[in-house]
Amino acid sequence: MPQIIIDGQRIEAAAGKTIIEAALDNGINIPHFCWHPSLSVAGNCRMCLVNVGSIRRAADGSIEHDADGNVMVNYMPKMQIGCATPVADGMVVDTQSHKTESAQNAVMEFLLINHPLDCPICDEAGQCKLQEYSFEHSKGKSRFDEQKVHKPKRVELGPQIMFDGERCISCSRCIRFADEIAKQPAITFVQRGDKVTIENFPGTTFDSPYSMNVIDICPVGALTSKDFRFKTRVWEMSFNDSICTGCSRGCNTKVGVRDNTIMRIEPRTNMHVNEYWMCDHGRLTQYDFVNENRVSEPMIRNSAGQLVKADWNDAYAAAAELLRSVKHQEIMVIGSSKSSNEDNYLLAKFAKSVLKTNNIDFVRHFNEEFGDSFLRTRDMSPNAHGAMESGIAHHAQHGTSIDHLADKISQGFIKALYVMDEDIALIPKIASVLDKVQVLIVHTHNATATAEKAHVVFASSTYAESEGTYTNVTKRVQHFTPAIVTKENERYMGMKMSRWDKFGAFNDRWTQGERRNSRMSWRIVQGVANAMNAQWQYKDSESVFEEMTHHVDGFKGMSYELLDEYGGMIMGRIGTPESKGVVYESHYFKPQVS
Amino acid sequence: MNIEKNTEKQRLNFWEKIYLPEIARGLGMTFVEMFKPKVTRQYPEEVWNPTGSYRGRPVLVLEEDGERCVACGLCSRVCPALAIEVAAGETEKTKERYPIKFEINMLRCIYCGFCEEVCPEEAIVMSKDYDLVFEKQEDAILDKDQLLIPMAQLQDRLEFLRQYRR
Ligand code: SF4
Ligand code: SF4
Ligand code: SF4
Ligand code: SF4
Ligand code: FES
Repeated sequence: MPQIIIDGQRIEAAAGKTIIEAALDNGINIPHFCWHPSLSVAGNCRMCLVNVGSIRRAADGSIEHDADGNVMVNYMPKMQIGCATPVADGMVVDTQSHKTESAQNAVMEFLLINHPLDCPICDEAGQCKLQEYSFEHSKGKSRFDEQKVHKPKRVELGPQIMFDGERCISCSRCIRFADEIAKQPAITFVQRGDKVTIENFPGTTFDSPYSMNVIDICPVGALTSKDFRFKTRVWEMSFNDSICTGCSRGCNTKVGVRDNTIMRIEPRTNMHVNEYWMCDHGRLTQYDFVNENRVSEPMIRNSAGQLVKADWNDAYAAAAELLRSVKHQEIMVIGSSKSSNEDNYLLAKFAKSVLKTNNIDFVRHFNEEFGDSFLRTRDMSPNAHGAMESGIAHHAQHGTSIDHLADKISQGFIKALYVMDEDIALIPKIASVLDKVQVLIVHTHNATATAEKAHVVFASSTYAESEGTYTNVTKRVQHFTPAIVTKENERYMGMKMSRWDKFGAFNDRWTQGERRNSRMSWRIVQGVANAMNAQWQYKDSESVFEEMTHHVDGFKGMSYELLDEYGGMIMGRIGTPESKGVVYESHYFKPQVS
Repeated sequence: MNIEKNTEKQRLNFWEKIYLPEIARGLGMTFVEMFKPKVTRQYPEEVWNPTGSYRGRPVLVLEEDGERCVACGLCSRVCPALAIEVAAGETEKTKERYPIKFEINMLRCIYCGFCEEVCPEEAIVMSKDYDLVFEKQEDAILDKDQLLIPMAQLQDRLEFLRQYRR
């Protein structure tokens, strides 16, 4: 392996790596705009210029020292770009000297010549590389008093993407992403010199299912999301780590929340799952059902046939009483591939040890059209593997499956349904016989058609309000944490909060987003079980998971801590977890929220 | 305990003890003051008009075509008391952003003027308004309509800023 010296630090770099990669692997961040670890190298922004040389040797091969005893270096007459220069044995790189610094200053001054500097109205402000480097590497004064070049603003490059030509620094990251990752070469540079701007190829629009990733990788605010534009400033959001529930890929995400409402969802790097990306479907559909149309209190159907708000303990007792009124084998329990492993595990345990029924299954959500060869999978629920592994599986000989449920209800074999986080009324066959069910107990996030018919409705927390694990399409178990505050998780330790969330008081208007009285599904199951004399005492999601690691084969040897450390672990391959590696994020929030 | 005894000098003397001469001296002082010019202001009948340098409640500058504010949120970020809440929206104007919601909680505000100093648009300035009375907590949260003041009424402050702001 070639050995190189960066800023006096001797490092081993794999042959063929570029200087910027070798530096990043060792925790040295060389300023850059156009380079991105998963895109081809363009080398056009020149921000990564570094001083490169080799150690000076005398004729006999010995290392020469200057008068003070320092090793002497032969620097190349011109500086090299770190993103396109491969490492070579004995290379000396310096990223800190006066020469490097003045090159960075000069590049920044050049890039800012035509930049409109409208940070106050730009969505990128607070996470912008240009802002960050202006702060670190520029003079803070412009010497350019001529007219700035004006270019088209508010250009629609695709159904989700708005382009501002004046802010663009022509790094070509977006163009390379469209060509190389999204495989939809729909955008390109037009014009030349300082007039250069980006346009669609005639007759095309950039509508790839992955198009919105260019918004994240654009180092400036030239590309903005039509869905998010101006909703809030980035530093006003609290970002917490989550997992997308849009399909079974389980892309790692950060959920941005302000006023207890999700403002946007963006990808979080996990090289073993989604790399740096996520699909537009995940970004656009995974927050509406969290923000709107919620059931936020438990409800019981009263004697007049109306659903009325109730206390949690009353609702547990009411559910227990209803479940006692039917025979064990007349109860069907429906788990959910949208709920966490913890929820499903406890539900399965409840079915087997308390309700003593064999009728247990869950609804699958396949959509062949959704799947593709990149991230999106045909299974549109995040946790089908996990639900099955946790015990929500229909037994072929005894027990009813979802497919036969409608028949069994109309024949009168199934009289009670316990449904967790699934809108079974969307299945026409079941919907038509739902009125025949004597007992319908439902956990739900939203006011659904199923909830409307239920006798007891439990308000369950969505993924964004819960802590737990999902098992994705490759059987990777991944940990997610709450991003939204409910009455249940109000004191969840370790939740990242913005300045406003941290210091807001009860009488500040921005703290008055609804704090719902919902609970995680496993806790609801525990409540009902205890109302039927089970005496379970799980404190938090982690204690449920702890028990699973002893009783469910797939989860043996796992813990939340290990899952976080390795970015998820694959069931049955605990012995050989892949390391997370060096994590590159295309932007960081400044000032950092903690 | 370490109790110090009064010295002879600190004790009241005879004349002070009988008290009457001191009363006469006080009355005399009151009598003399009656003929001096008055400095007390009959507030609120007589209102004081401060100069441009005065930092009263922060207000938003209203121009002919609407507010100057672009809802950048910097004032909200810099405000040490977290008094300001801004929510932005999109407009058709050249400056694409505008505040859908702009609220200042006057019970939080400490009149420091940081918001005015940080504003890139000179859209929020300190006014001369010091006379703030609220009956309810909610009333103290001023919304955009209460904050927007026509530019003509803010000339003194804008002039002050022009001269003294660096
Ligand atoms: S729009 Fe952004 S990503 Fe694309 S070339 Fe311009 S600066 Fe780079
Ligand atoms: S690929 Fe699936 S998991 Fe990833 S963002 Fe899209 S919907 Fe979500
Ligand atoms: S004057 Fe100071 S305390 Fe009052 S709103 Fe402005 S920044 Fe906040
Ligand atoms: S700093 Fe100025 S422009 Fe920005 S939100 Fe505050 S008042 Fe508006
Ligand atoms: S990052 Fe190397 S030239 Fe742009």
